[in-house]
Amino acid sequence: MSGFILQRLLQAIVIMAVMSVIVFAGVYAIGNPMELLIPPEATQDVRERTIQRFGLDKPLVEQYFLFVKNLLQGDLGRSYIYNEPVLKLIGSRLPATIELVTTAIVGALLLGVPLGIYAGYRPDSPVSRAIMSLSILGFSVPTFWVGLILILTFAVELGWLPASGRGDTVEVFGVGWSFLTLNGWSHLALPATNLALFTFAMMVRLARAGTREVMLTDTVKFARAAGISERVILTRHVLKLISIPIVTVFGLELATTMAFAVVTETIFAWPGVGKLIIDSINNLDRPVMVAYLILTAGAFVTINLVVDIVYALLDPRLRKGHAR
Amino acid sequence: MSWRGSGARSPLRTFWSRFREDRIALVALFVVMIILLLAIFAPWIAPQDPYDLSGLSLRDARRPPGFVGSGGYVHWLGTDAQGRDLWSAILYGLGASLQIGVIAGAIGLVIGTMIGIVAAYAGGRVETLLMRLVDLQLSFPAVLLALVLMALLGQGKAQLITALVAAQYAYFARTAFGAASAERAKDYIEAAMATPLSNARIVFRHLLPNAMPALIVVATVQIANAIALEATLSFLGLGLPVTEPSLGMLISNGVKYMMSGRYWISVYPGIALIILIVSINLVGDHIRDILNPRLAR
Amino acid sequence: MSGAPLLQVTDLKTHFLTREGVVKAVDGVSFSVDDGEIIGLVGESGSGKSVTGFSLIGLIDPPGRIVGGSVKLEGMELVGLPDREMRKLRGARIAMVFQDPMMTLNPVLSIGTQMRLALNAHDRLSRRAADDRAAQTLARVGIPDPRARLQAYPHQFSGGMRQRVAIAIALLHGSRVIIADEPTTALDVSIQAQILSEIRDLARENGTALVWISHDLSTVSSLASRLMVMYAGRIVEAGPVGTVLRAPRHPYTAGLLKSLPAAARPGEPLAQIPGTTPSLLNLPEGCPFRPRCDRASEACAVYPDLVQEDRRSYRCHNPVAATEAA
Repeated sequence: MSGFILQRLLQAIVIMAVMSVIVFAGVYAIGNPMELLIPPEATQDVRERTIQRFGLDKPLVEQYFLFVKNLLQGDLGRSYIYNEPVLKLIGSRLPATIELVTTAIVGALLLGVPLGIYAGYRPDSPVSRAIMSLSILGFSVPTFWVGLILILTFAVELGWLPASGRGDTVEVFGVGWSFLTLNGWSHLALPATNLALFTFAMMVRLARAGTREVMLTDTVKFARAAGISERVILTRHVLKLISIPIVTVFGLELATTMAFAVVTETIFAWPGVGKLIIDSINNLDRPVMVAYLILTAGAFVTINLVVDIVYALLDPRLRKGHAR
Repeated sequence: MSWRGSGARSPLRTFWSRFREDRIALVALFVVMIILLLAIFAPWIAPQDPYDLSGLSLRDARRPPGFVGSGGYVHWLGTDAQGRDLWSAILYGLGASLQIGVIAGAIGLVIGTMIGIVAAYAGGRVETLLMRLVDLQLSFPAVLLALVLMALLGQGKAQLITALVAAQYAYFARTAFGAASAERAKDYIEAAMATPLSNARIVFRHLLPNAMPALIVVATVQIANAIALEATLSFLGLGLPVTEPSLGMLISNGVKYMMSGRYWISVYPGIALIILIVSINLVGDHIRDILNPRLAR
Repeated sequence: MSGAPLLQVTDLKTHFLTREGVVKAVDGVSFSVDDGEIIGLVGESGSGKSVTGFSLIGLIDPPGRIVGGSVKLEGMELVGLPDREMRKLRGARIAMVFQDPMMTLNPVLSIGTQMRLALNAHDRLSRRAADDRAAQTLARVGIPDPRARLQAYPHQFSGGMRQRVAIAIALLHGSRVIIADEPTTALDVSIQAQILSEIRDLARENGTALVWISHDLSTVSSLASRLMVMYAGRIVEAGPVGTVLRAPRHPYTAGLLKSLPAAARPGEPLAQIPGTTPSLLNLPEGCPFRPRCDRASEACAVYPDLVQEDRRSYRCHNPVAATEAA
């Protein structure tokens, strides 16, 4: 087991190294790095200091190692617009995004998997058909459009829920959280629903397909022959069997949901990282973009690593060293 | 225990007779056809050329559906902030969206299939390198990739298509690789490779045809995805240039009027977009169900 | 239980309503099983023998349905019993073992968990009591160090051991009848023989009756006391194993016997029954074996009635005479 984790860890490091090359190439080789890293209105003094710091006058290979060195020291530059270290800026916006993404994805999982299992268990019932229609919509309809419709319906027409912002927050560990207040929840409701829909659709589909397949196997037939009730078959046998693909996709979904948060945060003016990146694209605040890319890549690699490990824990057949 | 009678029929006719069984998919196919026709013949159907700014009058701006404008005809879906007839804008927008989706899908198909088949045919290190790269990219969300590329490349039609292709080719590569490598592993290909048959013959006669059904399904879904992605980028202000508004941009333009109750500027283009994407997806889903032997009843 | 058989099947009909038509997988099967008796049900694949087994335990998946007849367990009618009542009997009074233990055991649950789930389906036991019962039952089917093995997963067992676990699960509640659907087919020949003799001993010890379903005449004949041969959804010949094997009356049974390797002389090709199992969708009128039968006559255009003869029975207009069979 530990050998397996070590192997995956090494892979993750290699991938991260490759990613850093790609980002470096994207930022420094394709675009004009001067333009990327130095604000257009900068003084000659600032210009020269930046060139020196990033070694822009040095050969490309040397530049790359300097880039990595700065990266490892947590130096990702300063934002032109906010005139703050980029890392600090992103750090201050991160909790809002984490809160939104977590609410969405946990909600999608807790609702999507049971509904999907039901739809796979009784594929022909009207309820299952309704669930599937919802999931097809969740797949097909672009996130931004669902967001607009949610605002139009619940904020503009009905006036039940606010359309933007985080609402009242409570400080824990020096960070404000919306989910601790009722008002915060009312602000969280629409964006979280919006963001959850795609993952929900994915969970429904996966759970349904898995259940349909598992229900036809001899494993289920044998459990039935032993007199085990349908409820226990679904909650113990089936759930455990379909959990492997669900966990895998869930991990990847976590990443995708982070990405879609960009769209949702823009629509609902949710002050998270996603909104920050769109703002910085529009304002040409490139250090923020670079940092965001690197951090996202890092997050992806980490998520993939965790998924692999959980996968191994779930499937006893993969646990090496445990067998005789 | 096979109880199914099997008659000898051409695969295409079998496919069509199975496709017809699902009424929803049939309706969806019909809708896709209609939309295609509407988009192609937009210049003749639309009451107005929405790209011709001189033909617009600000007096007609933001009028509700059913309003009779200065042009003397009814704006059945209302007008937008520039006084454009929304129905005309939607017809042209459908064209713009479809064009982007199909072009990006086709280029992605060609590039992805090439990579997948080369990997499957070459095997060994080439395979490992190419497919690792593809897998790595697949774990990276397409929206984000497209977003970043648009930010780096700047706006424009070519840039947009580049971004969409870069975000999507990996799906084709994975699919082509999967089908082709399964076929490649079969004995007769091994045998064929030992003979002086040309590589091209093996690729075009055996590997490619076997990957085709799966690629068709992926292509259908990816066209829908490209259209949705383009709309999303346009909505975020990173899509097609303003001179040629796609559905996404029409929606984006209407958002600020939504809060004041002028819903139609965003909602009607949105409905057109949804109908288009959902129909394509329904058709693709049904094709997949037919081609997937595991679900065959 | 005054002389009534343990299991009484009368005119059982299980049909599959498919798009192409009605498949009469089981079409009028009758037999009975006494306490502690081992009976063999033999037929080619597609003959309806497995469907018969699943019908007995009430596990026919749609589009299949029991459309007629009766299955009585200890005098209690099972056909038409509500799902909830049927579930209480399954695994407790009537159990089943399947062909491939690789497919039946859940690969992601430990053996202990799977046995506990099966135990709790009918009894409320503490974790410790359940583990005790599970370990005892595993010991009975010949699994060494059973308590430690409860933590193991199916992939850590060999094929034979896996099937023993499956048999242990069927034995957990002391069922009166166990239906065994080709349980040794997927195993190595040497393991097969071992498991066969163990099962025979277990059945004898507990007085459990066995319905042994197989396509393999030789396996069944070494185990069962009574034999039933199934063809195209019906039992075409039944009787004590010795009698049927020595002097088959139905040409199909005779054909099966001739195709056994033991019946052939060394160096000669094995005899075969010409043709293939008919599609159950469009069975020929009359005797379904007619197209493959060298004894077929005009009379065979009418479905033959059951002929009773001492303790045996068969359905044939032109039966093989006792002297003809070698």
